[in-house]
Amino acid sequence: MTNLTDLTLTGIRDGVAGGDFTATEVAGAFNAAVAEAQEALNAFIVTTPEAALAAAAKVDADRAAGKPLGKLAGVPIGMKDLFATKGVQTTAASKILEGFKPEYESTVSQKLWDAGAGLLGKLNLDQFAMGSSNESSAYGKVTSPWRRPNDTSALAPGGSSGGSSAAVAARIVPAATGTDTGGSIRQPAAFTGISGIKPTYGRCSRWGIVAFASSLDQAGPMAHTVQDCAVMLEAMAGFDAKDATSLDLPVPNWEAALSGDLKGKKVGIPREYRLEGLNAEVAKSWDDGIAWLKDAGAEVVDISLPHSKYALATYYIIAPAEASSNLARYDGVRYGLRDLPDGANLQEMYAATRAAGFGDEVKRRILIGTYVLSAGFYDAYYTQAQKVRTLIARDFEEAFKQVDVILAPTAPTSAFALGEKTNPLDMYLGDVFSVPASLAGLPAMSVPAGLDSQGLPLGLQIIGRPFDEQGVLNAGLAIEQRAGFSAKPTKWW
Amino acid sequence: MSVDTATVAKIASLARIKVTPGDLEAMVPKLNGILAWVEQLGEVDVTGVEPMTAVIPNTLRLREDITNADPLTGGGIRDAVLANAPAAEHGFFGVPKVIE
Repeated sequence: MTNLTDLTLTGIRDGVAGGDFTATEVAGAFNAAVAEAQEALNAFIVTTPEAALAAAAKVDADRAAGKPLGKLAGVPIGMKDLFATKGVQTTAASKILEGFKPEYESTVSQKLWDAGAGLLGKLNLDQFAMGSSNESSAYGKVTSPWRRPNDTSALAPGGSSGGSSAAVAARIVPAATGTDTGGSIRQPAAFTGISGIKPTYGRCSRWGIVAFASSLDQAGPMAHTVQDCAVMLEAMAGFDAKDATSLDLPVPNWEAALSGDLKGKKVGIPREYRLEGLNAEVAKSWDDGIAWLKDAGAEVVDISLPHSKYALATYYIIAPAEASSNLARYDGVRYGLRDLPDGANLQEMYAATRAAGFGDEVKRRILIGTYVLSAGFYDAYYTQAQKVRTLIARDFEEAFKQVDVILAPTAPTSAFALGEKTNPLDMYLGDVFSVPASLAGLPAMSVPAGLDSQGLPLGLQIIGRPFDEQGVLNAGLAIEQRAGFSAKPTKWW
Repeated sequence: MSVDTATVAKIASLARIKVTPGDLEAMVPKLNGILAWVEQLGEVDVTGVEPMTAVIPNTLRLREDITNADPLTGGGIRDAVLANAPAAEHGFFGVPKVIE
């Protein structure tokens, strides 16, 4: 019998629909895999085996009754613990939300349940999605299932969607939700040898997702293949009146239109991304990607994105500024933690609660955000950053007059070891290739390109025009078909 | 620009985060490292450039003028609103005394 946990999302969907196995069998197999890996990987903050079985039982009953099945019927998934799930603890990996059980369901998670998916559990992440290694979680670090050969040191699964990437790579979930503010889907996907796409800003509703930086946050799928991502994104996307920035556009049938044939397409290679001192193996994998896209029929064009070098600094003003406003809501009054020292007044209660509830990185970003928005500094920092953001977006607009998609590395290195980066700035610099597309609201995905000399995955990033997820997915598919990436972490847990 | 402990204490107070003198000492160099690095934005010529307000053009919509059209965002759900409050009392959010 097929090892169910080795199947892709579409393999599970088709197998359940065709009667090769039941949704209940699939849920049972993944529940067991989750339980077995939890101690070693810490990918989940809470597990919900009963919810996965209940969703599967409904799919099996619907199939037996001859009812139409949803796009994700019988597929159990992991949900990043940033999505509000009714009755299931939702923490954003922060102590300040410990025990918080939403009375409502986020739009994206509801759409996934409506499509027939089931919940295996809530996945660990960097606290409030602030981080690139999953080390800022208040519920413990996530350990990547990948290791260097003959070396047991724990590697970072990337972040902030590090529980999602680790769980998919370890084959304890077939697919997971992620959110991407400055690279939080793409970088962890690259670190763990999986695929993930951040759609155009506004494609997926933000309603019910714990807010970090509202002008940047977007949800997206993380899975084994480009096709899996296309299917799951179809289920997640769509207009939602409850999100003022939701795009009122129909959701295309991305899966049906998938094609790795890029004849007539132009692929831009941004010369500014060829950083001085760029890791030679990353540069080599980028060259491989260029050759693969040429082989798929695309024409390769040298392009310039002159303001790219300012993207990180722009991001690290705008994202903390928005975070400092969004996180003002955690006050110890309406939900979550309250720290009320003896005799404290209301203001002292706020300050004590926030000191006790937020982690160091979250506090640091709130303080930076508060500073750049404060009187006297607002124009010099925040307004200046918003102007540079306009220039960064304009660079992409100009480039997309010449090309259909852009190819770049996803991250400047493969996975680093947990505990290796202790200076916040060193961590921020790892987002250099992912942040520009975020600032411009563009669809972007990471697909596995190969392994480096340490045996660790490298990812390639494709950035597309606004609303052109199809172009991004197709170029991703062309790479996937040629990279032939089949490496899996050796099971040690 | 760089910040000193007094400035960080002021920012922390604005952000309603209690900090100890030890926290301040640890935060100042890290915050200054970040601020020194973002200074580079000052060199960009932004003459005549409008600050970004919406990354993907969109229009602001008005909802239908119907009460509770969507029960998820409608009213009449006091108990659900209070369900996660650390100190709900008599149908209200409880807070320390605010009147002197």
